[in-house]
This record gives sequence, structure tokens and C-alpha cells, in this order.
Amino acid sequence: MIPPNEIFTTAIKAIRTNRTRSILTTLGIIIGVAAVIAALAVGEGTNKVIDEQISSFGSNFIMVFPDRGGNSSNKDRIAFLTLSDAQAIEREVSGIEAISPVVDLSANLIYKNSNWSSDVSGVGSSHINVTDFKISSGRNITETDIKQSAKVAVLGSTVVEKLFYTGFNPIGEVIRIDKVPFKVVGVLESKGISSMGLDQDDFVLVPLTAAQKRLVRFSTPGRINYIYVKAVSMDALNYVQHETELVLREKHRIRRGEDDDFAVRNVTQMLEARRQANQTLTFLLYTIALISLLVGGIGIMNIMFVSVTERTKEIGIRLAIGATQNDIKVQFLVESSVLSMFGGVIGILLGFALGYVLATFVGVTPIFSFSSLLISFLFSVAVGIGFGYYPARKASLMNPIDALKYE
Amino acid sequence: MPILKLKDIRKSFELGDDFIEILHGVNLSVEKGEFVAMMGPSGSGKSTTMNILGCLDQQTSGEYFLDGKNVATLTSDQLAHMRNQLIGFVFQGFNLLSKTSALDNVAMPLLYAGVSKQERYKRAEFALDKMGLLDRIHHEPTQLSGGQQQRVAIARGIVNNAPILMADEPTGNLDSKTSDEIMNLFKELNNAGITIILVTHEPDVAAYAKRILLFKDGIIQDDQINDNRR
Repeated sequence: MIPPNEIFTTAIKAIRTNRTRSILTTLGIIIGVAAVIAALAVGEGTNKVIDEQISSFGSNFIMVFPDRGGNSSNKDRIAFLTLSDAQAIEREVSGIEAISPVVDLSANLIYKNSNWSSDVSGVGSSHINVTDFKISSGRNITETDIKQSAKVAVLGSTVVEKLFYTGFNPIGEVIRIDKVPFKVVGVLESKGISSMGLDQDDFVLVPLTAAQKRLVRFSTPGRINYIYVKAVSMDALNYVQHETELVLREKHRIRRGEDDDFAVRNVTQMLEARRQANQTLTFLLYTIALISLLVGGIGIMNIMFVSVTERTKEIGIRLAIGATQNDIKVQFLVESSVLSMFGGVIGILLGFALGYVLATFVGVTPIFSFSSLLISFLFSVAVGIGFGYYPARKASLMNPIDALKYE
Repeated sequence: MPILKLKDIRKSFELGDDFIEILHGVNLSVEKGEFVAMMGPSGSGKSTTMNILGCLDQQTSGEYFLDGKNVATLTSDQLAHMRNQLIGFVFQGFNLLSKTSALDNVAMPLLYAGVSKQERYKRAEFALDKMGLLDRIHHEPTQLSGGQQQRVAIARGIVNNAPILMADEPTGNLDSKTSDEIMNLFKELNNAGITIILVTHEPDVAAYAKRILLFKDGIIQDDQINDNRR
């Protein structure tokens, strides 16, 4: 048996002889490992952000939105919420601090020569309490505005920046929302970029009634898109959520055994859903990584076959001077493993870089775990041994004289 | 006891649907310290016999005893061990590993013999020194002349102190002056006690041997002591 370090020296020498080919061969492994590392790091980072959001976000609020469900018994019914739903919840459910029915649309905003596309929400006066925004100048939407369907608007700071310029006081100016003129009455304090990388200040608030009548023009009067309900405390949340469901079922005349035509979710549930989506994405990346490793393995097998054929004469010489079949097999196995190990190491380094780039793109901090590094490294070595075995065996079974005569 | 003994060795190859027998019963006995040249036209079976003697190929029937052991009964690992310990090879085409220094080439049989690195290089250097190549030990085959390459190959053949050296047309790629140098090296090695089996079709080269076998049509037609040794 030849000492391992000498087998390694021989393998590295053989690989360096064909440097370009070796690098190309290991590309599959490099990409696969890099994908695993990056996917895990970004996935972990995203999960951490979601955890942080669950703990920091005003978690004592729920969201109600229409949802016919996938296989529900009321498929033929059009599911929607109306203002009277919101009023019923407010009236009949106790433990509510604030409630805000919302009509949501995306619209084109125009002021003189500037224009900007943004989300426009038709809301009640309590909306900014529910969503935790503060007025920085001017005023909030009032009950009077709502009664009169007044064409007034409260702008998020990003919208001010885009339509006017930073620092401009737009109070009293008239902007057009989908061609309808609205007077700016207030500006909101900036919340900045969220930890998910979303601009939280890119929206316009208008009175709910104004949005219904002048912007969306639903055929059903009073129709809204969703309702925010803020409970007085975390403890009251489950009760509020449950009661809201009961009130809406009764109001929508849903019989016992029938499915809801709406959904009530608290923040934790919504974030949980996002975490699930994140897991799906991570799983997808894993699959891609696995396929890449597989393809990489086949590439290594292919190149090892080429290498065995090219070096038939060398194999013959080695056999003639006393190498055993096992010596030859080990030599080629070590060579393919060193090749894939090399791919694994480069892949890990590339995975770090890719992880940072992807994470920046997604807006999270990547988290690299030692176990993911270890697993992907071991996996790449396993690929080298697994896919190198057959070519190595072929080399070891050569007849010495045939190998020597090979030209 | 002869170091090499062939008893009614036959060898056939499959060629399409037919079997072609190229050795029709070769009998040979070589004692330790002999210098045997195998001559004959191409296709006469001398190289095939040599390959069987070198455990690089197996006979179809008959028995071959190497150092008293029946080769047909040995496993592939045991055969590798026999090649490593008992036989050194010198080929017409030198068969050195490319992009590998003379020193590493010569040390290689010792690698498979399990000799330590330090000892390997010491012995390889010694063998190269014997071949007059001490100043060339770090050269790769492409940086050496044909004669020098063949001397590296001989050094590799003797580095493990194998008692037998087998040479298949060792001068086939060399000019006559270099051929004489190489043959004189073989003669010296034989004088030092190494058994030499040489395949050649050149009478000038065969003339260095003590005993000359003449192959024809797959048998040994003539076997005689060389009276006009160079």
C-alpha cells in the first residue's frame, strides 16, 4: 500500500497537468456547492428576518380579506367584503382598539410634469393608528372627509420625493390620481426601508369613500378589499380573531358546515405563510443544487474515462513495474476525489460570495452555518468517489500488455 | 533450479471467429546468471514468449515456473508482486512516464514495493549514477536523448535489485554507437549476476548474449551457446 500523501501528490500532479480541463470538469460541482451554500445562507437569513418581524411588528393585529378557498362549497358566490362588514365587526366584537377597512389600488400619480406609480389606499381615519404611522405635517383623513367623499390625499414620504422633491411641503397642492384631482392635506413620517428591502413609504391615503366612488368604482356599493383590525392587547388577539370570524359568518349567512368566504389572519400567521414560501424557495434551490452536483458528477466520470483512456500506456507501465490493480484503482479514485474536493472548496468560496450578493438583493443578512459547509464539502467528495469509481475500476482491470502496447 | 522454466507453452489469440495459435509449445529453461537473446523474424513468437516470461501476459496452455512458482496459480496481486520484485523491464520505446523526472521514474518501482521516500530517492540516485546519469536526474524524458532515456529505463529496471532484466528490442530506437553503449551496460549487469533476457532481431545486438534462441513459427527452432560473443 502506498502512503496516502504520496497518492495525493501524484493525483494533484495529474490534475495540474490538465489545468483548464480540470477546472471545466469541476464547474458542475462548483456551481452545485455554491448554490447549496448560498441557498442555505439566504434562507437562514430570511428566516431570521421573519422571526425578527414577528417579534417586533405590532403583532396584535389581524387582517380580514375575501377568500373563497380552493375547494369550498360556495365557489359560485363572489367573495368580497363591504364597509358594512367592517362596521359590524367594530360594533359587535369587543377588544378592538382600532379598525380600518381598506380599498386598495395602484394608480398613476401626476403633479405638473412629474408622474409616479404608487399604491393608493382608500382608508378610514383610524388607519394610521392601526398601521403605526404618524403625520409629519398637515392633517390626517377625517370623518368629515369620509362623509363627503372629499378628494383629499395624505402622502407617504417617498411619494413626496418622487412627485415634488425632498423637503418640499406639498400641503395645499393638487395632484391627479388616475386623472382625478386630489388636494394634498397631509404628509406621513417616513418609516424607511423595511428589513425585507421594501419601501414602506411609497403609498397614498385617500378617504375610503372617495376611493370607492371616484377611483375604483366597484359595481357593489361599499365594497372594500380588506380590513385591518387592531386588538387592544396581545391577549385579546385570539378572541378578536375568533369573534370576527363568527360575526362575518353570520353576516354573510354562511351555514354550519359551509366554508368561509373570507379569511382572518393574524400577523404571525401571515409571516408563517411567508416563511413557508421561503422554505419552498430554499427547497427549489436545493433541488437545483442537487441536479448540478449530479451533472457535475457525471462530468467528472466522463473526464475520468477520458483520462483513463489517455493514460492507458501509463497504466501499463505502472502495472509492469509492480503496481497492483488496487494501486491503480486507488490512484484514479483519489484523482477524481481531489478533483471534486477542489470543486467543493471553490464552490464554498463562491457560495459565500453568491450568498452575500443574493442576500443583498433580497435585503437580508446571509447566515452561513458550519454544518452546511461541512455537508456540501463531504457531498462533493462523495460525488468524486461515487462517479470516479467506475472509471477507476476500468483502469485497474486493464491487461498489462494490452495497456503497454496502446498507442 | 532454473529461475525461468517454460513447459509446452501455447498461446492463441481470438481473431474474429477464429483462434490463431502463435506459440505452438515452447519449452525453455533459463538458469540464474544467463544472458539469453531471443531472435527470429517478426511474428515468430519471441515477443509473446517474452511477455509471458515477464508476467505481462498469460499463456493459453502449458506451465510457466518463475523462481519455482507456477505463475498460472498466482493472483493478480501476487503477479504484480513478482513483476515488482523479480523482473525489471526495458522496452524499445523506453516507456518512461512523461512530465516526470528521471529520478521519479526510476524510483517508481520502489514506490510500489513500499520503500520509504528517502530510501527510494537514495536508491534511484544510485541506480542513475551507475548508468552515468547523475547530472540528469531532474530531467524529464523529453529533455533526454534516446540513449539517455534507455539508460533511465535500465536504471528503473535494476533499482529494485530484481534478479532478472527483460529487454524487448532495447536498441530498436537507437543508433549503432548508442546501441553498443547500452549493450555494454547489459553485459556489465550480467557480469554482476543479473539474468538477462533480450529480444532482438539484430545479430549485432544478439551477439552480446551468452546463449541465442532462434524462434520460428511459434517454436524455438534453435538454441545454442554463443561462441562469438562480443
